[in-house]
Amino acid sequence: MANELSEVQRSLIGKQNKKGQTYTDPHYLFFEAPRTPAFFTGSEVIKEAIRRASVDVMVAYPITPQSEAAALIGELYAEGYVADYMRGENEFAVMSQCAGAAFGGARVFTTTAGPGTMRAFENFPMWVGARLPIQVIVTCRGINSPLSIQPDTLEIYFLLGTGMLIWHAETAQDFFDWILQAYIVAEQPDVHLPIAVCCDGFFVTHTKDTVMLTPPDMCLPPYDPYRSPVPCMDMETPPVRMMRDPFVMKSNYISYMTHASWQEETRGACERSRKHTIPMIGGLIETENVDAEILIVASGTAVSQGREAIRLLEDEGMRVGLVKIKSLRPFPFEEIREATKHAKHIFVPEFNVIGWLAQEIRAAVPDNHRVIAGPHVAGGMTMPAEVIAEEIQKTLGRHVTSLAGRGS
Amino acid sequence: MTQYRVLPGPEAYFTPSAARMGIVLPEPGEAHIEGTIVPEEKAMEYAARKLLDAKNPTLHPGPLVLWNWNEKAAKKAKAIKILAETIPARIIPMPDYRPKYPKINPDVEINPNHPNLTIWHNKEDVCLFVGVHCHQANLSLKIIRGGTNCFTIAMCAQAGHEDAMLSFRDATADKILRLAEWVSKLKGARFIRPAEEVTEDDRHSDNVFAKLADGGG
Repeated sequence: MANELSEVQRSLIGKQNKKGQTYTDPHYLFFEAPRTPAFFTGSEVIKEAIRRASVDVMVAYPITPQSEAAALIGELYAEGYVADYMRGENEFAVMSQCAGAAFGGARVFTTTAGPGTMRAFENFPMWVGARLPIQVIVTCRGINSPLSIQPDTLEIYFLLGTGMLIWHAETAQDFFDWILQAYIVAEQPDVHLPIAVCCDGFFVTHTKDTVMLTPPDMCLPPYDPYRSPVPCMDMETPPVRMMRDPFVMKSNYISYMTHASWQEETRGACERSRKHTIPMIGGLIETENVDAEILIVASGTAVSQGREAIRLLEDEGMRVGLVKIKSLRPFPFEEIREATKHAKHIFVPEFNVIGWLAQEIRAAVPDNHRVIAGPHVAGGMTMPAEVIAEEIQKTLGRHVTSLAGRGS
Repeated sequence: MTQYRVLPGPEAYFTPSAARMGIVLPEPGEAHIEGTIVPEEKAMEYAARKLLDAKNPTLHPGPLVLWNWNEKAAKKAKAIKILAETIPARIIPMPDYRPKYPKINPDVEINPNHPNLTIWHNKEDVCLFVGVHCHQANLSLKIIRGGTNCFTIAMCAQAGHEDAMLSFRDATADKILRLAEWVSKLKGARFIRPAEEVTEDDRHSDNVFAKLADGGG
């Protein structure tokens, strides 16, 4: 990847931080360093990734299902792996405090979920406009009333328009790797945007999985704020007058043009992230058997359920391919068009009531009558592989025994 | 492969980001001309010719080279002055990014929120941005492309600018002097590089950040 580190960051490679961790070239850390297996929950995996991420500031606030991860980062602070750690008054305060820290040139991390994401919302497009490469983990849960703490990915739908980079992890392994890789992509000077690394709450955060971890004595080089595309708010570096002002507050064409260009620029920055993201996470999508006439296209844990459904359908003599979408912003339009070009039926299973991923895919592919938005579950329901298999078989006119009818 | 080309405007009521139109940034050792990736040396010649052929070539240095905040900035500033004298071109700085009302004085400065005012006022047909933070440069370049017919060149210290009609990346004082050298060459003049001065400060110029290695992360 071109120009991944600044001169100053490169000069630190091989040196040690105060915890005795060695600042390590990210490519070596991600792709060559020895790995050892560990049996961890997703929350523990977040902690282990942050241990290696040279994070300056973490701001925490409890909300299920991210509370455990937020508390575990507190342990890292106590151990000296995170330079500063505080609890915000609420999620809006958390995200505002994250902005303050990032304005000041810190590498910032936070976690949130469901109603917390919604409460914090004003800050996300503000982070984007201010070009703050903050990483927020979103452990998705229900946002509806009556209150639900259960897994549901509806909140991602709202994040899609903020201008942030958004990756949707399927497994705890994705989570470990992507948390570290996200900083390298988000902090590139031509990108320099906040990133939401999302997962499906509980399914990933609270279940244990075997995860291959990099050595704990290796860490990312720290953030270099002097590569920022906007001035770093550093009171020791003149001219301090370059601090970002409130934007143009006038009502005339040129102020509108400034705002419009500003928004275009941040969306352009999201586009630029493609070339950094693709080598980093191995492409915006992953595919299996996309020459099949039937495809399952999914993100998050719906991918895992899709894999199981494909296995069930194989037993029935049906061949079904899989497209795993890893990056939602930037959205892999071209990759999906290419992967789905042979498909006659494109099924999009989702853990939310509106089917936002199906909407995105319908907008991306030609002949979008091929896209079947479903099956859906919501409100914390699991999505058994049998339900996906049943949806596919029913759509194709095959006789199936409904899972819902069992026990009646 | 996009068919879009980054051409002098006026392009549109609402200028699209060239990145969203499919233009990608050059890799190290490359540059782009109107969105097409070319070897850096080819872009050097093209930029030099554009600057020489212009009626009102203008350089717009930004805060990163206007203040003597490290030795690299000072070296770049000297190189920019040599470039301006070699062309010859006018220098109109972008001293900061604050929106200014009722309006800026376009004789003496350019502002990223309404850069078109300075371009129009000075009838700039070719301009070069250098030392402007990337976000603010892209903001300016889009507005200029939207509302003027000025050919824009970016001498960027980072990854380059798709919103300029020609962009270099990883700019150093040496790269700026190479452009001045190309201008001299095309004019048939002899170019004498300034003597290199290496100071103790120079070796440590970017080490503000290295302090973090002891305390942060």
